[in-house]
Amino acid sequence: MMVRPALRAVFSRDIAADRVVPPSGFTAQLVLFSAAAMAVLAVFALALALAAGRLADRWGSDLASASTLRISAPADQLGVQSDRALAILASTPGIESARALSIEQQQALLEPWFGPDVPIGSLPIPRLIEITETSDGYDAAGLRQRLAAEVPGAVLDDHQRWRKPLLAAARGLWALAAGIIVLVGGTTAAIVALATRASLAANAGVISVLRGVGATDAYISHAFVRRFTARVAMGATAGTLVAIAVLMVLPKGGDASVMTQIAPQGLQWISVALVPISAAIVGFVATLWAAAQLLRGLS
Amino acid sequence: MIELDKVAYSYGGADLLTGVSLTLNPGSFHFLTGPSGAGKTTFLRLAYGALLPKSGHVRLFLQDRMTMTADGLADCRRRIGIVQQDCQFLDHLSVAENVALPLTVQGGLDAAAQENLRDLLAWVGLTERAEARPLELSGGERQRAALARAVIMSPDVILADEPTGNVDFDMSQRLIRLLVELNRMGKTIMVATHDLTLIRTAKTQVQARVLRIVNRQVQSAGADL
Repeated sequence: MMVRPALRAVFSRDIAADRVVPPSGFTAQLVLFSAAAMAVLAVFALALALAAGRLADRWGSDLASASTLRISAPADQLGVQSDRALAILASTPGIESARALSIEQQQALLEPWFGPDVPIGSLPIPRLIEITETSDGYDAAGLRQRLAAEVPGAVLDDHQRWRKPLLAAARGLWALAAGIIVLVGGTTAAIVALATRASLAANAGVISVLRGVGATDAYISHAFVRRFTARVAMGATAGTLVAIAVLMVLPKGGDASVMTQIAPQGLQWISVALVPISAAIVGFVATLWAAAQLLRGLS
Repeated sequence: MIELDKVAYSYGGADLLTGVSLTLNPGSFHFLTGPSGAGKTTFLRLAYGALLPKSGHVRLFLQDRMTMTADGLADCRRRIGIVQQDCQFLDHLSVAENVALPLTVQGGLDAAAQENLRDLLAWVGLTERAEARPLELSGGERQRAALARAVIMSPDVILADEPTGNVDFDMSQRLIRLLVELNRMGKTIMVATHDLTLIRTAKTQVQARVLRIVNRQVQSAGADL
């Protein structure tokens, strides 16, 4: 598709060649507006994808290395079973540390549900042991068997049943956002291609004159490619700036919710800055393709 | 330079030209005449490669039009100056920019080309109208601007389709003098016209071959021309 000469043409400032194509108000505004709108959507989708990715990472890392052992036993056996469980855990490969939560720590965990005044020390609540794994992890099935034999009141919760659906949801959200970005890119390409075709068709007389004076089809298409790529880049830049402004003023929460942490963080802003560049590339390819198709048809 | 060999052309199922053979040799001057609708414009469009023949061969500078690439055709067109009947211009450009268009699409105008453009506009009497828009020009001015555009690349061949169709007698005489002058510079000229007076006037100034389209074929005109 003669991409290299077209790229050279895009970056050249051939004012005389640009003047050859008449100004086309409606298609120019259409491309400008569409590129801006698509850039806004692309930035939001990108922010959503990045936020979903961060959430998946956080959920994955926070829950992956921690497990809980719950010991439910009569009050007189609770201490003995806890000590036995701690001893088993200490000798289990893949477990970095294990510690039994104190009454005060368990009270703090239950406080959001029962309030601060409930005397949970007098209630028959199970004892919780917090387990931290090594990076290699431990054999959960083997540990369960051992605990079942030696500590009958112990229930091991390695968080898999929480972690898996949460990770799946976060990854699904990420895939959805990535799909939206692809759709936005495709729609931008389609709009630019249609606008290019409309502009070329509207300028059939100009093309006839240019061909009559010896202009090559590459010269004619480059004039249109240059104009439309510049418009897409301008529109996408404006749309990206608007989207960044909106992301900056969105309310921020302290929790890990995807809705309150949607703005990209740190180096992730670089990917947002790539949106206008990506849009310009999409516009360039779409215009070059549409111009080549239409000029071939006019031969 | 331009050769049509047993060329036939039809449009919408109707034959417009059949078995046309003609060679435009370097430095020759041809008139092509015939009634309106006889096929003069079609002949010229075939001669500069804008149309493809139904059968036969059109050769532009020894290259067969049928096997020519788009870029090859563009190369050939730079060697052929065309003055079309409807004088197509780019209306958003000035007269000077339109006349310079063949140079612009070649990569722009250097100082020598600018000088050449000024001389050319003076030669066709359009210096004062250089910055006007084409729509502001009279019929004669448009024809002269089209002629200037056709010759700015110093082409080998100039094909003019009814160049005096929209102008008065004095202007038509002036235009034909310009074409004769170009022929004396060695350019190959072909003029399609139904203006027999014009042809008779021109023949007093230049040795021209007169052709007539009759029954979809090109023939030499009679002794009266």
